[in-house]
Amino acid sequence: MSINWYKYASPASFYFLAGKMIPYFSIAAIALLIVGLYIGFFVAPTDFQQGEAYRIIFIHVPAAWMSMFLYVVMAFWAGVGLAFNTRLSSMMATAIAPTGAMFTFIALWTGAWWGKPMWGTWWVWDARLTSELILFFLYIGFMSLQAAIDDPRRADKAGAIIALVGVVNIPIIYFSVQWWNTLHQGASVSIAQSPKMATAMLAGMLVMALAAWMYSIAMILMRARTIILERERHTAWVAELKGMTR
Amino acid sequence: MNWNSWSEFFSMGGYGFYVWGSYLVSFMCIAGEIWILLNRQRTLQQYLGQRRIKYEREKE
Repeated sequence: MSINWYKYASPASFYFLAGKMIPYFSIAAIALLIVGLYIGFFVAPTDFQQGEAYRIIFIHVPAAWMSMFLYVVMAFWAGVGLAFNTRLSSMMATAIAPTGAMFTFIALWTGAWWGKPMWGTWWVWDARLTSELILFFLYIGFMSLQAAIDDPRRADKAGAIIALVGVVNIPIIYFSVQWWNTLHQGASVSIAQSPKMATAMLAGMLVMALAAWMYSIAMILMRARTIILERERHTAWVAELKGMTR
Repeated sequence: MNWNSWSEFFSMGGYGFYVWGSYLVSFMCIAGEIWILLNRQRTLQQYLGQRRIKYEREKE
């Protein structure tokens, strides 16, 4: 069986396909969130060093992972849109930015509220924290630049440049804890080593990360559909839609 | 089970302010993102509704 991928590169077919997928991702997000919070608060034991304060990890780490991962995906689609002039790719990039910015903000916020009781300060200009703050500004810059340009295709191209240049920041964030002496602790989970934490803690974190994934996919598909309708509002297929615009 | 009572659960071993401050704001961000998107869709819906009426009229 071969799939005609070009069919789904058309905003109209993507619109209907995405509409069918959103409910599944939304339900998965809610279910995983409930399980993740249950494990995080009721199954995972108290940390021997940090007491109960460590429970911030169940949002902090998934949010930080999503903030970086979504940026890479956003830059990828923006780059594809720039290289191949495919409208849908650029619309995907635009749809990802607000969700990525939100997760970056959550990572920074929860980091501050974890830093205060553990390090005694809300904020330090250390490599990990500063590069994550730059990531937040990159998202904001991408969104403001696109919002400032009236012609959507020109906005796509300008945004793609920021997005692609900003990718440099991602390995800096990721490796900052190894490259510099930072206050931020090193990676708790990595591919090369076995995790340095209790199984229930790890399970809670991974389930919450999956929930963040499902939430992001649902939100991005919803936003992409909205962007498609906004941009294609003068076309016949949008005019003929009946009550399917959610 | 980590907690013997609800008050123990809410105090989070003395770190309640920080733990709940993190969770509360995070959930507010998520709710805010959803609310902004639904609002955007509502505005679009109104526009498309009016356009549909015009479109149907032109077809006749």
